[in-house]
Amino acid sequence: MSSLSAKIKDAFDEPACDKNRGKDAKPRKEGCSKSLTPGAAAGGCAFDGAKIVLQPITDVAHLVHAPLACEGNSWDNRGAVSSGPTLWRTSFTTDLTELDLVMGQGERKLFKAIREIKHTYAPPAIFVYSTCVTALIGDDIEAVCKRATEKFGLAVVPINAPGLAGSKNLGNKLAAEALLDHVIGTVEPDDPGPYDINILGEFNLSGEFWLVKPLLDRLGIRVRACIPGDARYRDIASAHRARAAMMVCSTALISLARKMEERWDIPFFEGSFYGISDTSQALRNLVRLLVRKGADPEILERTETLIAQQEAIAWKKLESYRQRLQGKRVLLNTGGVKSWSVVHALMEIGIEIVGTSVKKSTVQDKERIKQVLKHDKHMFESMAARELYAMLSEHRADIMLSGGRTQFIALKAKTPWLDINQERQHPYAGYDGMVELVRQIDLAIHNPIWSQVRQPAPWDCQPDLIGELPCTRNETAYLFDEFACATAHEC
Amino acid sequence: MARILLQSKSAAVNPLKSSQPLGAAFAFLGVDGAMPLFHGSQGCTSFALVLFVRHFKEAIPLQTTAMDEVATILGAADHLEEAIFNLKNRTKPKLIGVCTTALVETRGEDCAGDIANIKLKHTQELAGTEVVLANTPDFDGAIEEGWARAVTAMIEGITRSGERARHPKKIAILPGCNLTVADVEHMRDMVESFGLKPVILPDISGSLDGTVPDRWVATTYGGTSVEDIRELGTAMQCIAIGEHMRRPAKALLGLTGVPYVLFQSLTGLQDTDRFVSLLSSISGAAVPARVRRRRAQLQDAMLDGHFHFGGKKIAIAAEPDQLFQLATFFAGLGSEIAAAVTTTDRSKILEKVPAVSVQIGDLGDLESLAVGADLLVTHSHGRQASERLRIPLMRIGFPVFDRLGSQHKLAILYQGTRDLIFEVANIFQANQHAPTPEALDPLRNREISHERCSPPLAGQ
Repeated sequence: MSSLSAKIKDAFDEPACDKNRGKDAKPRKEGCSKSLTPGAAAGGCAFDGAKIVLQPITDVAHLVHAPLACEGNSWDNRGAVSSGPTLWRTSFTTDLTELDLVMGQGERKLFKAIREIKHTYAPPAIFVYSTCVTALIGDDIEAVCKRATEKFGLAVVPINAPGLAGSKNLGNKLAAEALLDHVIGTVEPDDPGPYDINILGEFNLSGEFWLVKPLLDRLGIRVRACIPGDARYRDIASAHRARAAMMVCSTALISLARKMEERWDIPFFEGSFYGISDTSQALRNLVRLLVRKGADPEILERTETLIAQQEAIAWKKLESYRQRLQGKRVLLNTGGVKSWSVVHALMEIGIEIVGTSVKKSTVQDKERIKQVLKHDKHMFESMAARELYAMLSEHRADIMLSGGRTQFIALKAKTPWLDINQERQHPYAGYDGMVELVRQIDLAIHNPIWSQVRQPAPWDCQPDLIGELPCTRNETAYLFDEFACATAHEC
Repeated sequence: MARILLQSKSAAVNPLKSSQPLGAAFAFLGVDGAMPLFHGSQGCTSFALVLFVRHFKEAIPLQTTAMDEVATILGAADHLEEAIFNLKNRTKPKLIGVCTTALVETRGEDCAGDIANIKLKHTQELAGTEVVLANTPDFDGAIEEGWARAVTAMIEGITRSGERARHPKKIAILPGCNLTVADVEHMRDMVESFGLKPVILPDISGSLDGTVPDRWVATTYGGTSVEDIRELGTAMQCIAIGEHMRRPAKALLGLTGVPYVLFQSLTGLQDTDRFVSLLSSISGAAVPARVRRRRAQLQDAMLDGHFHFGGKKIAIAAEPDQLFQLATFFAGLGSEIAAAVTTTDRSKILEKVPAVSVQIGDLGDLESLAVGADLLVTHSHGRQASERLRIPLMRIGFPVFDRLGSQHKLAILYQGTRDLIFEVANIFQANQHAPTPEALDPLRNREISHERCSPPLAGQ
């Protein structure tokens, strides 16, 4: 475990991370991992985080060395999409049994599993994930992977991020370390060019990167590697020859971006494809970096033309929603980059932001939110389920945008809700994606079910109805009016 | 008698299993005011939670002792104590159901001793909250075992022991985990229609049926009450459903002397007949007219439906009792069980499955055994195999995350069997292939095409 704890320390020593740099020497040494409270913890483990980052690599066989639960309870559960290979959606695990553990057969079973996968599926690489139990019993997956690599002549990459090591975020970082140690730079591309870029931290959820890639294609920019969304192993292995990089998901892969800059001189910037001006800014930053690295400066002008054109189309489409959405109150309950990326465009068409969580946001993220929101009382670290439920059931927001974890708090409070995390059904990146997001908000808020489900049952609504029957001739009609009147408003 | 084929691969491909602690948590979720607690690292809980939410589309109470590296090396008793305390203070549950995971069991921790100490030390603080332990390492068993272990643990930990005065109309029912919310609801109606008073443990129809409460509740709301578990010993008779419920039924018998009857399945005409006869004899009441009517409806559904079942090849992958339930259903309507895959070799029911062999394995095994089948029957993860093999998939069991309402689908007793016949027959009708001259050509290569198409020339 000593090499693992060194890795963890290294992963948290992140000069490119503002949060980290803002601390004194001592707390910085302790790293970012907060200890969890038993009985009051939520969220995934380090293994979960590593798997999230690496699983979307589509032609790799992902083999989880563990008893059943780690893989059996979690496979094929995320919305990343592939344009080709499907092997990444096939689940592989050594499914260790009691006998395997007692007899110490873990390493042997792992080696055999690698051989079976190689023979049946012939993938370009196999990623082997260690987990709590296999770390505890001391299975040396690095040695097994090394031996398998030699014997079978394919890349067998150890991913050393057992769940007990820490949080999902740590797992993200450890996955990046594994790519740096074993994958990136192992293949020399035969066609490097001045317009080659990497996109880091883009997961291609619901295929949303395909809303952006055509824009890059139009500008003549080639995505050498998008890590990890819709990636191929060889793309990542040769990613070190890109000229510039964009880092999309701020906390997950910043160390990867920074270390690639150090090792291979690939400059990067942090940007987002959520929101209209953010998408434009990302395109501008990308071409600027490319020009700085020797690309023809004429691309700058072409980029501006494309941006102007695309923005005009998007704003025009969004304008048609203004009337329907003006003054609607949105609660954003998601971390990181999404909080500030979408805020601007939503406000532009008259939507009010009544709150945004900043739990996973960096200092930089928070600054950006402050700028767009004007006052920071709308920012909250995190909200307990009970509070959130209270806020929503008192109708202090017209819709909540969040991840699946808080979905049922909104729905049980009979409040419109839209998934903007990994299980979402719709692509939201780029210009068209922003329009899609607004369209989905509109559909959610204006769905006719809300007035129906908020209506109490008529017999709960008017208990005295029968006791106060008016004795007029036209009593049925009167009653009906009364009834309709009462049910039309909430009682 | 089916031959049991053990797993010989080293790499499980597309797991069929969900883990044992998940099964135990599932059972605890059928108790009112319950909070299941995984004793392990937080990922164990997170994965199970996400899977539950995807299946039920509900907020699911599930917590973790959040073991880290230090706890893994030095012992996690403190984490367990802290977790129990935090839960007691924050959510005031009536039951904390501790489910161990592979991590804590591989350490070899004495969780029963730890819990006994915690209870002893804090008798007053923990008043009003039962703490029950199910030993459920992930490296053993699957959902059924976990479920049965949790139910056994609740009976052994909560039910008052000793022979008690019996309530002549009270029936204890221990449903297996393959029963849906709709199954449990329907069974209760059936039992009540005989004037009997059923106590169902666990009762997911009260807690996981998708109601909208008027306030935020952190624990389960609805389900078997802890008080009812305590008083199980006053039942006249216990009915267990599914072979995996034999152990809890035996525990109840040993503890209180309440005799049990075990039904391996409640799907199909004959099993339902036995069940209804038993209710009639316990209650001394005649079978109500509407039950008789349901039976007639099932007879009619069998007559109308059997055309679609005869000679069909069915490939099923499910937990042992569910495999038995479905395999006997299909075989009972004239289909052939072409592939039977299950999670564990521990269950005695497997040899009774009407198939030549039962493979202990995963969905990778199902995919290779199901070539040439007419229907795949398994949970949602079978979708990849279904796409690749171009064979329709009937989703059953856990998890079903890409279809709505699986918990409200009925599959037991007269009515459920009737519905199941219609569902399957409709899948076949929707996937019918019109005959082509090539397929019917008498001079075709029969060996190959015999494999591919069974009707109308099968058996020639």
